Amino acid sequence: MQPDAEKKDYLAPLEKGVEVSKDMTIPKLFLEKAKLYGHTRVAMREKEFGIWRPITWEDYLQNVKEIAYGLVSLGLKKGDKVSMIGDNRPEGLWAEMAAMCTGGIGVWLFQDSLIDEVKYIIDHSDTVYLFAEGQEEVDKALSIFHECPKLKKIIWDDPKGMRNYKQDCLISLKELQARGREMETQKPRLFDELIQKGQGDEVALLFYTSGTTSLPKGALLSHYNMLTMGNNLMAVDPLKPGDDYVSFLPFAWIGEQMMSVSCGIKVGYTINFPEEPDTAQNNIREIGPHVLFAPPRMYEQMVRTVQVKHLDSSWIKRHLYSLANKIGYFVADLKFSNQPVPIYWSALEWLAYISVQKKLKDHLGLSRIRNAYTGGAAMGPDHFRFFHSLGVNLKQIYGQTEIAGISIAHRSGDIKFDTVGQPIPGTEIKLSPDGEIMARSPSVFLGYYKNDRATQKTLVDGWLFSGDRGFIDDDGHVVVFDRTKDVMTLKDGRPFSPQYLETRLKFSPFIMDSWVIGDRRDYVTAVICIDYAVVGNWADQYKLTYTSYPELSQKIEVYDLIEKQIQTANKDLPEPAQIYKFINLYKTLDADDDELTRTRKLRRTFVHQRYEDIINSLYADDDSVHIDTTITYEDGRKSKIKTDLHIRKL
Amino acid sequence: MPQKNKTKELLKLENICMSFGKVKALENISLTIKQGEIHSVIGPNGAGKTVMMNCINGLYRPQQGNVIYKGCQINHLKPYKRARLGMARTFQKVEVFGGMTVLDNIRLGRHIHLKSGIFSGALYLGKTAREELEHRKFIEERIIDLLEIEHIRDKSVGMLPYGLQKRVELGRALALDPDLLILDEPLAGLNLEEVEDMARFIIDINEEEQWKVTCLLVEHDMGVVMDLSDRIFVLNFGNMIMDGPPKEVQGHPEVIKAYLGEEDLYATRR
Repeated sequence: MQPDAEKKDYLAPLEKGVEVSKDMTIPKLFLEKAKLYGHTRVAMREKEFGIWRPITWEDYLQNVKEIAYGLVSLGLKKGDKVSMIGDNRPEGLWAEMAAMCTGGIGVWLFQDSLIDEVKYIIDHSDTVYLFAEGQEEVDKALSIFHECPKLKKIIWDDPKGMRNYKQDCLISLKELQARGREMETQKPRLFDELIQKGQGDEVALLFYTSGTTSLPKGALLSHYNMLTMGNNLMAVDPLKPGDDYVSFLPFAWIGEQMMSVSCGIKVGYTINFPEEPDTAQNNIREIGPHVLFAPPRMYEQMVRTVQVKHLDSSWIKRHLYSLANKIGYFVADLKFSNQPVPIYWSALEWLAYISVQKKLKDHLGLSRIRNAYTGGAAMGPDHFRFFHSLGVNLKQIYGQTEIAGISIAHRSGDIKFDTVGQPIPGTEIKLSPDGEIMARSPSVFLGYYKNDRATQKTLVDGWLFSGDRGFIDDDGHVVVFDRTKDVMTLKDGRPFSPQYLETRLKFSPFIMDSWVIGDRRDYVTAVICIDYAVVGNWADQYKLTYTSYPELSQKIEVYDLIEKQIQTANKDLPEPAQIYKFINLYKTLDADDDELTRTRKLRRTFVHQRYEDIINSLYADDDSVHIDTTITYEDGRKSKIKTDLHIRKL
Repeated sequence: MPQKNKTKELLKLENICMSFGKVKALENISLTIKQGEIHSVIGPNGAGKTVMMNCINGLYRPQQGNVIYKGCQINHLKPYKRARLGMARTFQKVEVFGGMTVLDNIRLGRHIHLKSGIFSGALYLGKTAREELEHRKFIEERIIDLLEIEHIRDKSVGMLPYGLQKRVELGRALALDPDLLILDEPLAGLNLEEVEDMARFIIDINEEEQWKVTCLLVEHDMGVVMDLSDRIFVLNFGNMIMDGPPKEVQGHPEVIKAYLGEEDLYATRR
């Protein structure tokens, strides 16, 4: 399909967006819902000490109120930044809501941010109060405290290991709430007054984008941005107050804010928090959420789990699964091409459902799912078809932090796995002359914090430049090709998306990450990171001995295995786009090494510089490349790696 | 670390002697462990450390000398009776029930505190149910949360990696709610990250207000021993070389000769 920008460069909003009064703010809506539902409805649930514990709207309100009063007692003024770092837990959301209620601005940090990243964001955002979950986060905060002069207090809530921390800048959440209660008795109406003072176009959240090329930029989002986005998404796929949602992805990711705050407050569904990050998958299964929004890697992991379990299961189970799979794929393909499903295929589908798919969906936690969304990165068509073959209504969502998370989404019954769907109500999409996707909607952000140059580049006459190249197909679906700067030119001059090939490679359970190279080169090559667990398991079966990731990755047998996976991915691709050479990397790509962003997007320019030797060898006549490098562990220890990496030609 | 004020004696060994045939495993060993401290025992392989632990928890009866626990002489008490007095132990090689789940292994350590009889247990009457709830609360809130093993609660122990099995064994010992915890090489066979975790658990068990358990630690990892211990007892071929705070031990010439000097064998992991 060729870009058709000339003919259809403008797509009018399909539906009129939902009206949101400029006066409305997130705290006002929160107060409204909390008073409406009181103790009759569960706002949140958290698994703690092995039991799911409900938190009603009344409890939610009370906690937010106490924290808000507590913050005021510490001296919080309108417009002060309040940062949060920690796992997903009710306290984090309370703190964010309390900050917004008192006129503050919420800033979230990724839980696994390194000290330098924490310092950059705390300093750049002018954070005054920082909510740090427990000892680990407090340690990070204390180590940067003296370098961030604006930071006044660090608030912690998990007492584990905190017994010897007596610094003046620390205060426990319990103590803060106690102070809050005291202040509430003195000024019982202050909380409501502060909320009523808020206006929709004021900044609610300061969101740091992951930044594949440069330092993170802080996007300013108003209450109005967040609320219109939530309303418009809920107009497409309505949820009910009794529905369940599991919050397990970082709050520092806009997608999680979208579901837990914008949509959560709008609808009032129950937000469930897993016990620990390690137990999330199990906890999702226990809850059986009605809606799920996750980046592709989460779905990729699910597919990998199924594929690996399938390999390990008994003969009869394997065959039943394969049969059900065939039926599922056939029916899904009929639906994708908008053809009616004949009655006998419906009957077969039902059989596949009761024999295999029902159980499988339950294991994946998808038994009650109405809408599953993926967004934040590209997802391969194979993964997409896999979920539809199971009967999971998986949809693409497209958007950026700068548009409060979402501008384009699939509609039920109109899903094409190579597109991201159509604009949500109230959103206009058009293409720039270069084919860059531009969007205009009430959810477009206010600008970058302390970075006018970047704002002027991104925001022109209300249009948001996405930095993604794409086109609009004959059905009005938007197709995202790749990041404009990542689009490769093949040897025959055709543009090509490396991301497309990378997602195809990742459908193999043995491949964890991949990086495709080939811009203006004679052929395309790939750097592969094997999945240590899956390949390790495979090696056990074939009695291959290995002691570490670097050793396993360089086994000849593993190269043979990966070669087969690449051949599968190469199928149906035009010859110039096929991978011709590949190399197995001696480590996995890691966000701590700056190779990936915190949302696990590849930072191409950086890896290009870092692994220049490897690229040079891939485009020379070499059979192997010698590596002599130092790696730094999380705790600062260093170790030397000396190894030879093989290069395999296909 | 805050200064601990330990004066009360919890365990006292008086002139313990133990031989197997002509091999004198322990000769005139005397040791005092005060309440609230972490007391380590170090010594080369075959020095008699494990024999000493076995004498304390009752697997062996010393041929001479006295074991005095909480002021009572307990030389002739069987191990389970000593457990009842609040003495718990982990082993050098993990001794867990591989076919049982993590939770069941830990529950087993709680057995001593069960008061309901077989009949009320079978009928599951109000009192028994309440008792079980209390035990559940103890296990969940104090042990599983402390040891961060939420994700493996229902996994069978035999399938777990060694490092986690060690944690489960510690969990089972803690379920006893002990006053004295004997840890026989808790760090052996663990990787660096697991060592750091385990060391943190030992400090927590010793210092946290809700635990305050006295620990008797047998360990080869000198870095951890020196960091954690209040006092160190050095044993060599059944004889005591010295008993004192880490700083004194580190500087003692005989200790260096007998033990610390063997850098290759007992090099610290740092």
